[in-house]
Amino acid sequence: MAQENLISFQGPVCPVPLQHKDTIVMGHGSGGKMTHDLINLVFRKYFSNAILDAGNDFANVQIPDGNGRLSISTDAHIVSPIIFPGGDIGKLAVCGTVNDMAMSGAVPLYITASFILEEGLPIATLEQIAQSMQEVAQEAGIQIVAGDTKVVEKGKGDGIFISTTGIGWIPDGREIRGDLAQPGDRIIISGTLGDHGIAVLAARGDLGLTTSVQSDVAPLNHLIQTVINAAPQTHVLRDPTRGGLATTLNEIALQSKVGIQLFEETIPVQNEVQSASELLGFDPLYIANEGKLIVIVPEAEVEAVLSAMKNTKYGENCCLIGEVVDKYPGRVFMKTTLGTTRILDMMAGEMLPRIC
Amino acid sequence: MPMDKNFNYSKAFRDPVLAKGLVEEIKKNVTRTWVLMEICGGQTHAIMQYGLDQLLPPEIELVHGPGCPVCVTPLEQIDRAHAIAMQPNVIFCSFGDMLRVPGSQVDLFKIRAKGGQVRVVYSPLDAVQIAQENPDKEVVFFAIGFETTVPANAASVLQAKALGLTNFSILTSQVRVPPAMHAILGSPENRVQAFLAAGHVCTVMGYWEYFPIAQKYQVPIVVTGFEPTDLLQGILAAVKQLENNQFQVENAYQRAVTENGNTAAQKMINKVFEPCHRNWRGIGTIPNSGLGLRADYALFDAEKRFSVEHIQTKEPEICIAGQILQGLKKPNQCPAFGSLCTPSNPLGAPMVSTEGACSAYYRYALNLETTH
Repeated sequence: MAQENLISFQGPVCPVPLQHKDTIVMGHGSGGKMTHDLINLVFRKYFSNAILDAGNDFANVQIPDGNGRLSISTDAHIVSPIIFPGGDIGKLAVCGTVNDMAMSGAVPLYITASFILEEGLPIATLEQIAQSMQEVAQEAGIQIVAGDTKVVEKGKGDGIFISTTGIGWIPDGREIRGDLAQPGDRIIISGTLGDHGIAVLAARGDLGLTTSVQSDVAPLNHLIQTVINAAPQTHVLRDPTRGGLATTLNEIALQSKVGIQLFEETIPVQNEVQSASELLGFDPLYIANEGKLIVIVPEAEVEAVLSAMKNTKYGENCCLIGEVVDKYPGRVFMKTTLGTTRILDMMAGEMLPRIC
Repeated sequence: MPMDKNFNYSKAFRDPVLAKGLVEEIKKNVTRTWVLMEICGGQTHAIMQYGLDQLLPPEIELVHGPGCPVCVTPLEQIDRAHAIAMQPNVIFCSFGDMLRVPGSQVDLFKIRAKGGQVRVVYSPLDAVQIAQENPDKEVVFFAIGFETTVPANAASVLQAKALGLTNFSILTSQVRVPPAMHAILGSPENRVQAFLAAGHVCTVMGYWEYFPIAQKYQVPIVVTGFEPTDLLQGILAAVKQLENNQFQVENAYQRAVTENGNTAAQKMINKVFEPCHRNWRGIGTIPNSGLGLRADYALFDAEKRFSVEHIQTKEPEICIAGQILQGLKKPNQCPAFGSLCTPSNPLGAPMVSTEGACSAYYRYALNLETTH
């Protein structure tokens, strides 16, 4: 059959874009660009105030006539399955709030927990979750001081949702925030990336994927205390949760109006996580972590902080992975192992597997 | 290649020293400008992810081919998918990156948010299992893809038939590479002087289909893999042929591809599907470029089952996806690129799928010159 000149040039083609501004879709919960847009469109519109608008995972508030300030943070937790290798939703809830508070350099003190339980949840499961919350609270050195319980009809929840709020104390003079990164600063990560996301994904069982990867979920407040002792000039602390390292660094680059350059060969990823990610069409730099810490410090304090972190339970695999620069403010980019440069953008919406 | 359990397959083909050696070799061989097209979206993605274009000498221009199955699925087929997915008794199964592609009205995210049952599956066989588990529902799988994916789509139909399932069907938008190569090379605007053939497609199909194409249009066709050194190896082989005025079919992906390919998979494809005319988004209809269900399997044809064949959609004119998919323009030559059109706000399919050329440019390329 003659096939020459068969292209019929239809000219430019495209559908109009969908913005998802009228309905909540899953991507609004991804922690990426859509989540940010939603927060700006709805919550910031009504709740705006100087404390909230600082855009951190914690609120930094003055105690009237007091010594130091308060760090307040709140978090809702949904995860499927509710028990996964390395943890469960209860441990996740306590660690999530402890970590958010601690990122301000605060000493976490108290948390509260609200439980939304779905009819049919076994009490034994709830007890297992409560026990793991108590264990991790003890490790973090905090107390769970208030709570609330509601039950929804079968089919209206996903077993259990937990919402936690925490209060911590920020000593006077401590200034650690997402907008304080400066050109010349160095970027350190406390350990391997993507473990939590891959562990949970594999535990869902619908991918037929078996791994030995455990979630990294952990309370980071003691590690943070070690960091601050070793590096009193610490500028930024942040845990790369939803959206992964790449999205979190993009937030910091935007808040601080700086560029962030990473070096691919220095970024720690377990072989198993790397392989599973490539198989599934994901990038470990965008996968959630629940027990990792990004530390941004002046160059002079790098050695001290690395050697201090290496002696801790949750920081023994820490590495220097990049630096803060003044070019390309608001962008994150990476020198690849081949010596080329590529952008690491913020995750757009829901993380989707590729077709092939 | 013999399997060596100590061999690190995820690192060996990204070795910087090997890669630098290949780049030097390419520089040594090139004496003039050449335009090469990598066919597969996965290759485009890898080129941009590793920044290979930054390493190549300026004489070599890579243009990005139409090998992204999400990008070339025509709008009317997406609208048909949405019409089916919105029906109350349907569980609609799709590969993940198809969810974000907007039709003329909605996308699958929005349908899911409004209560439609849309599920992401990794394998078409998962959709068959869903059909087994939900006998009172109609389960439809959106069977898109090139020859790489088609055998699994065929397996789902054969499996459903073997299980006697009457509630499973597929909506096909399957495409074949060789007719697209004919269409590109036969176009009066063609600039492509050599092809890097898609390694994964060739794993299934082999490369016997390419001999007549290389002869007819006198272009080198090099079967190429997806890792940085695979791609550089493919480029080197193509450049050497071009410089020596040769036009052979060459296999630079020998660890995965043989001339005859996976004949069992080919048999499965031919059992269930037959060539049909297919509309490619942005390119137009290419004769015999599709694979539709044979009459024996018409019961599994979702288009017939849900009477959506009448849906015809004309695309509004905004972006230059068509010219990009044909390799006539680079993504950053589009006035919307990076400003109006981004992965979180895509104007066209090449920005939607992570395999799309525009998405690959946006994700990985810093400081590109744009026309705006």
